Amino acid sequence: MSDPEQMIDASAIHVSQLVKRYKNSKSNAVDGVSFEVSRGEIFGLLGPNGAGKTTTIGVLTTSILPTSGSASLMGVDIALDPIEAKRRIAVVPQQSNLDRSLKVREILTFHAAYHGVARKQRETRASQLLDELGLGKRQNEKVNRYSGGMAQRLMIARALMHSPDVLFLDEPTNNLDPQSRLFLWERIQELNTRGLTILLTTHDMDEADMLCHRIAIMDHGKILVNDTSAELKKMIPDGTALEVRAYATTARREPLAAALKTIAGVTKVDTMEADGELLTYRIQAHCADTLIGPVAQAVLSAGAEVRDLSIKQPSLEEVFISLTERHLR
Amino acid sequence: MLAAKAFLAILRRDAVVTGREFVPFLLQALMQPMFFLFIFGKVLPGIGLADHNFATLMLPGIVALTGMIAAMQGVTLPLVLDLGYAHEIDDRLLAPLPVWWVVFEKVLFGALRGTIASSVIFPLGRWILGDGFVVRTDRILVLISMVVLTALVGSVIGLLMGTIIKPEHISLMFTLIFTPLLFTGCTYYPWGALANIRWFQIITLLNPLTYAAEGLRYAMVPAIGGRPFPTLALHWILLALGVSVAVTFLAGNRLFHRRVIT
Repeated sequence: MSDPEQMIDASAIHVSQLVKRYKNSKSNAVDGVSFEVSRGEIFGLLGPNGAGKTTTIGVLTTSILPTSGSASLMGVDIALDPIEAKRRIAVVPQQSNLDRSLKVREILTFHAAYHGVARKQRETRASQLLDELGLGKRQNEKVNRYSGGMAQRLMIARALMHSPDVLFLDEPTNNLDPQSRLFLWERIQELNTRGLTILLTTHDMDEADMLCHRIAIMDHGKILVNDTSAELKKMIPDGTALEVRAYATTARREPLAAALKTIAGVTKVDTMEADGELLTYRIQAHCADTLIGPVAQAVLSAGAEVRDLSIKQPSLEEVFISLTERHLR
Repeated sequence: MLAAKAFLAILRRDAVVTGREFVPFLLQALMQPMFFLFIFGKVLPGIGLADHNFATLMLPGIVALTGMIAAMQGVTLPLVLDLGYAHEIDDRLLAPLPVWWVVFEKVLFGALRGTIASSVIFPLGRWILGDGFVVRTDRILVLISMVVLTALVGSVIGLLMGTIIKPEHISLMFTLIFTPLLFTGCTYYPWGALANIRWFQIITLLNPLTYAAEGLRYAMVPAIGGRPFPTLALHWILLALGVSVAVTFLAGNRLFHRRVIT
C-alpha cells in the first residue's frame, strides 16, 4: 500500500486542490477543494445553494473545466482523458434532461447504444431496470406524460444502463413527494450494496444523514469538514443533551434547577418550556446518557415528578449551523 | 472503436426520430417551395407577367433554398432549445466520444435532411411545372455534389445560429437572418442579370446561397440556342462553398464547446 499509484487506484474519486473560477466572477465557485471517495462508498456533498456542489460535480463529469487542481476517476485523469472518464460514470442531473423525442424504453436502449452496449444486452437490461424502478407498464410512452418522480427514476435507470463505476446524483430527491423520496432512498442504498460508488449532492440534512457513509460539508466553495455523520455530530461541544420533563409546583422550581446544575458532568441547564406546572429542562453534558440516573434522582429529591426523560443527539443541521453560523434553509 | 459505435448510435437516434416525423418534416420543408413553383412557374407566366423561361431559371434557386433552409432548420431549432434549457443533448455529450463528433453528427444529419428536401423538389417541380420543367441531365455529378454541398452549408449555418441564438430571441433572429438570406441569395434571379445593379450584385456575393443557387443553375439550366447559360464560374462557386462550410463549422464547433463545457 506504500506505492502511491496503488493508493490512487483504490479510490473511486480523487480530487486535489480543485479551483474553479467562472468568467467575469469575482470569487472562486470552487476554492481549493480536495477529497477522496473510496470504491463502494456513498459520499455526500452537503451545503446550501451556491456552495459549489454542482460545480464540483460538473468538473468530475467533464462539463466544467477546472481553473486549477486535478481530479481523477477510477485512476483516470479527467482532464487528460475525458472520454475514458465518461465511459466510467453516469450522471443524474438536478433537472430532467431526458430525450423527449424518444419513447421511455428507447431512452434507455439508445443511452446504452451510445456507450457501445450490444443490442441483446441493452434490451435485457432495459427490461430489468424498467421493472426494478416500477416503470415497466409505461415503457412505450413518451416522457411528457411522466410525473417528476417517474422522470427521476427513469434518469436513474438510464444512468445504470451502461454499468458505470461511479454514479453522480445531483440533488436526487429535490422537489419529490415523500413517497418517491423514500423509494429513491431505498434504490440508492440497494445500488450501493451491489458495489456502485455514489457521489450525491444535497441540501437535505436527513438525506445526507440517512444515505451517506461520509459527508463533506461545503460552503462558499470550500469543504469545511469531511467525515462520517457520527463523527461530524461529535464536533458539537457538549453535543448530547438530556431532556427531562418534570411536574413541579412553583415553589419547587428553584431547588430543582439548582439540583440539576450540581450534578457532576453537567455543563448547562436550560428551561425549555413551561406548560403550567409541567416543565422541560435541557441538560447538556459531554456524555448525557450516563446522567439518566442522577437526573431522575435529583428531580425526585427536589420533590418533583418525572414525566419523561430522553437523550437528544445533535443533528447535522446543528453541526452545519455551528460551522457556518447560519441556517441552511 | 467505442467512439465510432457511439457516433453511429447517435446517427441512428436522429434517423429514428426524423423517420417518425417524416411527413411533418416534408410538409415543413416543401410547403413554401411548392407555392413558389406554382405562382412563379405557372401562374405568372400563365397571365403573361413572366417569361416562360423564368421557371427554368428559378427552379435551381428553389432547389438551393429548400435544401439550405431544411438543413438549417434541422439543426438550429433543436440546438437553441437544447443549449437554452432542455439539455436533452447532455446524454450524447456524456457518451464516450469527442464532443466535436457530436457536433459533426448534428451537421451531417442536418445535411441529410437538406439533401432529401432538395431532392424531392425534382419530382414536385415536374408535377407542378409540367412542360415547363426543363433540367439538363449531362451534369448530373455536378448536380448531386451541389445539392449535397448546399445542404452542408445550410447545416453549418444552422449550427452557428443554434449556438448563438438565445431561446427568447428565436423568432426575431429567424426574421433577421432568414429574410435577408432569402432575398439576397440569387434564388429568384440569376446573378449575371444583376449587372445593372452593381452594388446589389456585390452584396449577393456575401451570401453563400448565391453560390449554391448559381452552382445549381450551372448544373441544371440547359444551353439556350447552343450557348451555355452564363453563371458564376464553377471553381469560384466550389471555393466559396467549401470555405463557407469549413469556416462556419469551425466557428460553430468552437461556440458549441463554449456553451457545453464551461
